[in-house]
Amino acid sequence: MSVTSEQVETRVVETLASFGPDASQIRRTATFEELDIDSLDLVELAQVVEDEYGVVLKGEDMKELKTVGDAIDLIVERADS
Amino acid sequence: MTSAPDRRRVVVTGIGAVTPLGAGATLLHNRWAAGDVGIADGAGRCRDFDPKDHLSVKEARRLDRFAQLAVVAAGEAIAEAGWDGEPPYDPLRVGCVIASGIGGQATLEAQLDVMRERGAKMVSPLGIPMYMPNAAAAAVAMRYALRGQSYGVVSACASGAHAIGSALRMIQYGDADAVVCGGAESTMTDFSFACFNSMQALSPTGISRPFDLRRDGFVMGEGAGMLVLEDAEAAVARGATILGEVAGYGSTTDAHHLTAPEPTGGPASRAIELAIRDAGAEASQIDYINAHGTSTPLNDAAETRALKLALGADAKRIPISSTKSSIGHLLGAAGAVEAVATIRTLITGVIAPTLGYEVPDPELDLDYVPGEARPLITGNGHPPLAISNSFAFGGHNVSLALRGAPR
Repeated sequence: MSVTSEQVETRVVETLASFGPDASQIRRTATFEELDIDSLDLVELAQVVEDEYGVVLKGEDMKELKTVGDAIDLIVERADS
Repeated sequence: MTSAPDRRRVVVTGIGAVTPLGAGATLLHNRWAAGDVGIADGAGRCRDFDPKDHLSVKEARRLDRFAQLAVVAAGEAIAEAGWDGEPPYDPLRVGCVIASGIGGQATLEAQLDVMRERGAKMVSPLGIPMYMPNAAAAAVAMRYALRGQSYGVVSACASGAHAIGSALRMIQYGDADAVVCGGAESTMTDFSFACFNSMQALSPTGISRPFDLRRDGFVMGEGAGMLVLEDAEAAVARGATILGEVAGYGSTTDAHHLTAPEPTGGPASRAIELAIRDAGAEASQIDYINAHGTSTPLNDAAETRALKLALGADAKRIPISSTKSSIGHLLGAAGAVEAVATIRTLITGVIAPTLGYEVPDPELDLDYVPGEARPLITGNGHPPLAISNSFAFGGHNVSLALRGAPR
């Protein structure tokens, strides 16, 4: 399944915004720490991603992610492979 | 010679409540005393409570409704205590004991639906931290940086009163200088109604009228009640306004039946006696009783017998009213909400009535304060002394002795 980076970005931003941070703050360069997105939020994000794109993100994958852009790139990469 | 151990006195410096009558401890007592009933369609829902009015998106979505109610009631109590942003003591010496009879029932049910409909992998990681019964204690401790002992207490409809008793002992023993304590409950789901209905515990008429001949079961409600308790000396030293005192605590168990009260009222009466003795008082000094008064045929009869056993001739003199006549039965929150209402009774000197009580039961012959509110009369010129009872499925009995602040 092929998805564009823009599609993933839209979905990721929408999902993260539903967790609390203001949508305007959620840019590719924003860190999860800045956005107060913690490990529980990232598990929820992974569930949305798996449901939507069939991409399975494990705990060790998530640990490496620092920014919103990192997450988007990883999802796009996995979806393409 | 050894004397009795010096026990620290424990005072109330803040109270808070969210109930079917609205948000606020003062509102709860004022509206109850005015005769308002928060029950609609056979349930005591906090209809006007919208978490968005009180909590951030992040906080709200991570808390089941019972914990949302707890956090808001605790916020009111802590604000009244004048804790400006942080506790006025070493945070490691400030505890948090918050009860719930059931925990996050709606969250549990919602996640069970997710599992059945979408598979186990889609169950939320927030499921457990939201439905665990200690979630309210955790949320309040985290929000207000309370770093002493914190935990949940579970004893069905006695939970809230047990939490206050545990907090009292924690301060008396010297393990904490202050404790935020209380109870919270929200189990207003179809499943919970079905379960209570199949026990025939709920009122088929949807009317809460404790001690009335026509009483036919309790009306389930939701809400939270919270108190800030502090070591009396420390509270006075920091210039806190003293609202009242948790003067005594007594607790026993029926060991009789899973749900029915022990019919003689014996074990429950012992809880009342223990609370009075713990307060260093006698039955003749009790000015008011906030009854458990659920409006079930069995409870109200057994409680009446327990009061007579514990209080002797004074049982007939002391006004007795049930908060549940106004808001229904808040289960694990009930004991705490009713302690809050009792503190307001002691502050205002106004005893709210048992609403809906019109047809006396010949078996139940005490003064249940029918009709309208009346003044609290203290015979001896001392600060008023009240008892608040909580009895639970499981046979758990708790009685609290609450004393008004010296005037």
